[in-house]
Amino acid sequence: MKGDPTLERIAQDNGLALRAAGSWTAPFASLLEDMVSDAERLAGTRPNIFIDVSQISKLDTFGAWLIERLRRSLARGGIEARIAGLSANYASLVDEVRRVKAPPAPGIASLTITGMLEQVGRSVAGISETFIGLIDMLGAVLAASGRVLLHPRELRLTSTVHHLEQVCWRAVPIIVLITFLIGCIISQQGIFHFRKFGADIFVVDMLGVLVLREIGVLLVAIMVAGRSGSAYTAELGSMKMREEIDALRTMGFDPIEVLVLPRMLALVIALPILAFLGAMAALYGGGLVAWLYGGVDPEAFLLRLRDAISINHFIVGMVKAPVMAAVIGIVACVEGLAVQGSAESLGQHTTASVVKSIFLVIVMDGVFAIFFAAIGM
Amino acid sequence: MAQQNSDAIIRVRDITVQFGSTRVLDGLDLDVRRGEILGFVGPSGAGKSVLTRTIIGLVPKIAGRIEVFGVDLDTAEQATRRAVERRWGILFQQGALFSSLTVRQNIQFPVRENLKVSQRLLDEIMVAKLGMVGLRPEVADRYPSELSGGMIKRVALARALALDPELVFLDEPTSGLDPIGAGDFDELVRTLQRTLGLTVFMVTHDLDSLYTACDRIAVLGNGKIIAAGSMADMQASQHPWLRQYFHGKRARAVMG
Repeated sequence: MKGDPTLERIAQDNGLALRAAGSWTAPFASLLEDMVSDAERLAGTRPNIFIDVSQISKLDTFGAWLIERLRRSLARGGIEARIAGLSANYASLVDEVRRVKAPPAPGIASLTITGMLEQVGRSVAGISETFIGLIDMLGAVLAASGRVLLHPRELRLTSTVHHLEQVCWRAVPIIVLITFLIGCIISQQGIFHFRKFGADIFVVDMLGVLVLREIGVLLVAIMVAGRSGSAYTAELGSMKMREEIDALRTMGFDPIEVLVLPRMLALVIALPILAFLGAMAALYGGGLVAWLYGGVDPEAFLLRLRDAISINHFIVGMVKAPVMAAVIGIVACVEGLAVQGSAESLGQHTTASVVKSIFLVIVMDGVFAIFFAAIGM
Repeated sequence: MAQQNSDAIIRVRDITVQFGSTRVLDGLDLDVRRGEILGFVGPSGAGKSVLTRTIIGLVPKIAGRIEVFGVDLDTAEQATRRAVERRWGILFQQGALFSSLTVRQNIQFPVRENLKVSQRLLDEIMVAKLGMVGLRPEVADRYPSELSGGMIKRVALARALALDPELVFLDEPTSGLDPIGAGDFDELVRTLQRTLGLTVFMVTHDLDSLYTACDRIAVLGNGKIIAAGSMADMQASQHPWLRQYFHGKRARAVMG
């Protein structure tokens, strides 16, 4: 190809002479690098080398640096390289690269056993920090709620309603659809297995208790954590990244009061509503399958349901909902406000928000189960 | 002055850009000549950034032709387009550094993706580019969130220069820099233009930059270029906005 760079040995009375020609530019960088390292070897132990660069048609930083690299490595071997014929256009570029220092070694973390143990230790120590962070946020939210209770005018109603629309109203279709399907599946599986014992009708008991007491609220909480918790973290996180939260603070606003409280409030109102709608959809789906697949007609289903469940089951489910909402909200806001400057950090905290809130929601559910069993509900 | 080479490296003809019902650029013509530093000014919201983004191909236009290095980017094939994109470098207003990569990785990214180069040369070129923009090699392993505003601009310029482009777009390079930093930056652009033979398309509001760095100035107004020429032409112009801009209080302070 025309313009390809070359570095040839030319005749010279005493010592070694090289002539560089062609286009010493970025597209040929790997070729140039090979030529330069060949030249380093060729130099051997001669006291000086003459390099003629007058034939170079085009030079950029890559080419200029490689010439400089050759000069330096020769100099380290005690060989003086004389570079001649540099065109005036490129003189300042060559001067520029002459000032380049050696690159610093990249700080690569070494993989050692102690390093891994240290990582484990740090993660374990991090758990307590996470809890302190959550309790800290809980306290801050409660304090902000207290202030708002004393001065109800300070409640950001517009913002709360906006978030309520986002997390409640817009979530209804997907939540209803999924819980409806779950109800269908529970009912179908129940009938399929209970039939062996001739106990088809007990599927109504199972469905009623499971949906109202456990699955309904738990499933909805998990879906809300994935849907709205992640959104909260991402919103607050990107506001943090762009210093919007600092701006709020310097204007004399409390970010907890302006950003966190309306979101928490919306979630605490939304989750019981969604859990209720979800439970109804699951019962409806279950009843439909019981009728079409198990031959339990709607009248018999309702009668059985009335006998099987008490108001207690419903109360147990509904009491859990706002608590789970608070857990999801607090985790989401803590993670959102912990986001650092990079896009990667935003992703990590959003993941952490969803994982932690689902984990805590399930733990809470277990704690509630023990509590309600103890008080006999 | 730059070489008086009149061949245009960017040729913009009759382009129109519209957002909804607002017409931002309306039949605009512009030439950028090889080897010059073109300063591009105009009132805020006049569409300076839009024109830059249209030339780069980030904003769709509804009419007109744009040629860069003699290639019409609309009709060019993918490979030709990529070849053109390799020959330009862009400094975005906010730097647009990749926040999850270190300074080193940010600068090496375009080189690594486009050329087959050893890690050693990548590191050396990275340090050379950092040096060119006036940064010490020690910042190489910092993340963008750990840099000051001025440093972000410099690293972003180093990244724009990574592949030794022939053409660089600078979108308000000196905004947000202190006057000394901005002065250094102008000097830097000037030096780079001399050493690397760059053509520079610079959107700016900085009168000092226009005065010290630019060979030619183009002024945008009402979706068109209302004037283009040297600083002296601008000062002699009778256009009301130009008079205000180049003879205002701040302009007098700059020009003494």
